[in-house]
Amino acid sequence: MTTPPVAIEVASIPRTSRGLWRDAFRRLMRNGPAIVGMVCIAIFVFGALLAPLIARYDPTIGSLADGRQGPSLAHLMGTDLQGRDEFARVLYGARISLTVGVVAVFFGLVGGTLVGAIAGGAGGLVDGVLMRVVDVLLAVPGILLAIGIVAWLGHGEIQIMLAVGISYSPIFARLLRGSLLALRESDYVIAARSMGASPTRILMRHMLPNALTPLIVQATLAAATAIIDVAGLGFLGLGPGDPRVAEWGEMLTDSSKFLQSAPYLILFPGAAIVISAIGFNLLGDGLREALDPRLKR
Amino acid sequence: MARFIIRRLLVAIPVLFGLSVILFMFLRLLPGGGPAEAILGQHATPELVAKITASQGLDRPIYEQYFEYIGRLFHGDFGSSFVDGRQVLDTFLIRFPATIELTIGALIFAVGLGIPLGRLAARHPNSWTDGIVTAISLLGISIPVFVLGYTLVFFFGVELHWLPTFGQIDLRLDIPPVTHFAVIDAILAGHWYVIDALAHLVLPSIALGTIPLAVITRITRAAVIDVSNEDYVRTARAKGLTDRRVNDRHIMRNAWLPVTTVIGLQVGALLAGAVLTETVFSWNGVGSWVVTSIQNHDYIVVQSLVLIFASIFLLVNLIVDVGYAFLNPRIRYS
Repeated sequence: MTTPPVAIEVASIPRTSRGLWRDAFRRLMRNGPAIVGMVCIAIFVFGALLAPLIARYDPTIGSLADGRQGPSLAHLMGTDLQGRDEFARVLYGARISLTVGVVAVFFGLVGGTLVGAIAGGAGGLVDGVLMRVVDVLLAVPGILLAIGIVAWLGHGEIQIMLAVGISYSPIFARLLRGSLLALRESDYVIAARSMGASPTRILMRHMLPNALTPLIVQATLAAATAIIDVAGLGFLGLGPGDPRVAEWGEMLTDSSKFLQSAPYLILFPGAAIVISAIGFNLLGDGLREALDPRLKR
Repeated sequence: MARFIIRRLLVAIPVLFGLSVILFMFLRLLPGGGPAEAILGQHATPELVAKITASQGLDRPIYEQYFEYIGRLFHGDFGSSFVDGRQVLDTFLIRFPATIELTIGALIFAVGLGIPLGRLAARHPNSWTDGIVTAISLLGISIPVFVLGYTLVFFFGVELHWLPTFGQIDLRLDIPPVTHFAVIDAILAGHWYVIDALAHLVLPSIALGTIPLAVITRITRAAVIDVSNEDYVRTARAKGLTDRRVNDRHIMRNAWLPVTTVIGLQVGALLAGAVLTETVFSWNGVGSWVVTSIQNHDYIVVQSLVLIFASIFLLVNLIVDVGYAFLNPRIRYS
């Protein structure tokens, strides 16, 4: 007897599955829009990190005599009302706007995961009480909750991170709790339970890792909204509070009165917000498809 | 159906109760000393602090203050502004019509454009039309209301002079406020003033409606593609029904369900977005009032407005749920 044909066929198929994360990463790298998204984010991350090398001017120093000059070779994006180099301010602004946005989502993710895991893991009365608290936070629509919290906590970067983080945490809490409740009845959790694994171990080893993917996707998409919301707070005058610090939203407030004579002062910070938000949205959609191949059209 | 509505109403009560406690504490726990000091800010003198503390009953036990607060809320007494001394509810009723007009305008823009765009994209998934629509909706959710607002003001106001860029109506027309809805007041005033009121609505509605537009487009596209793959749609096509009939009778009827839910949920986004939009377009609604109140440290107004916004949001959610149950017999009878 020679080798069965079946074996030959099996051997000829390249081994493609090397674990969930590596598979997902490979799918992500083949997703065109997701790559574009990562490039958008990378531009601003490098711009923020290398700002002192790229920018030829100090973003905080200018003279009124140089105010509101249009874009030129000397000032690529022109100068703002106080004569500061707009290009330097957009670059340094990326430091504040991206950091505050991403850290805010991280705060929200940590808070929401804690609440969701406790609620979904404990169930019963604890679950009921925590979810009512979540309902209360969700009842205040959108950025209004963050506005209220900043009004309460006062100005500052940490305050904004906390405010936006708290306003996002209920979404994560609900999402995680929902996944945990669904997983509770899944075969492998029942199997682990019947083998005598402790509830904590089941939660940490079996349920949380499987409930993680929707959280990662949601967090990436939330980073886009967070950057927009942080800029919105800055625009409303609830920004970091230090007028010397460049922040994209605050830059827009200052420039809005000079729309006619200096529209580029709206264009450049505005474009920076839009491009970084597009970046996180594309990456989030790509991650969703990469982590859950069933969704792929 | 009645039981369904009552059950949903009962769910909203603990939420509003919890929010009222948090908002009550918000005013009491403001940083910078006591609530009287926080309200007065830099104007705080011992005499004024004592006066405010006495007039607001801030020296009494906290639970007593809370029950009085709740008691007054039930009578529609939200307290009065520290800036102009007027009752919050009175100013609210004057300003809210402007926000309603803006929200309706934005909703018309978002639904009127979003559903056709979503259907267009779903007709040939992954085609170039689909690609363009997807790109538009991606831009829509990625552009902040105020960036879009100023872009519109720049092109259609500053450059082209096509549309007015601030306020609800040309004040030179001197239209008497009857209903405080600028459009209705303009109709009542005659002389085709209504055209001016509608022109003022265009840019703010587009700015506010763009995020809902993007969301509605996405969900319509997904819902139509989903339903199009159902067996009964294939059957309908196999029977030889016209494309139009299959689209109207078999696909859209079922695709409407997720779409209506999402439209309802966008009302919350619209209320929050109104805060930014009204600031950009100097719109005298409730949203811009939130901003000026925060800038003025007028915390009683901020506290009341957050509670009112949340109540409206919960009410709209309830209406959406009831509407959904009404449209979808599978929920009504389960």
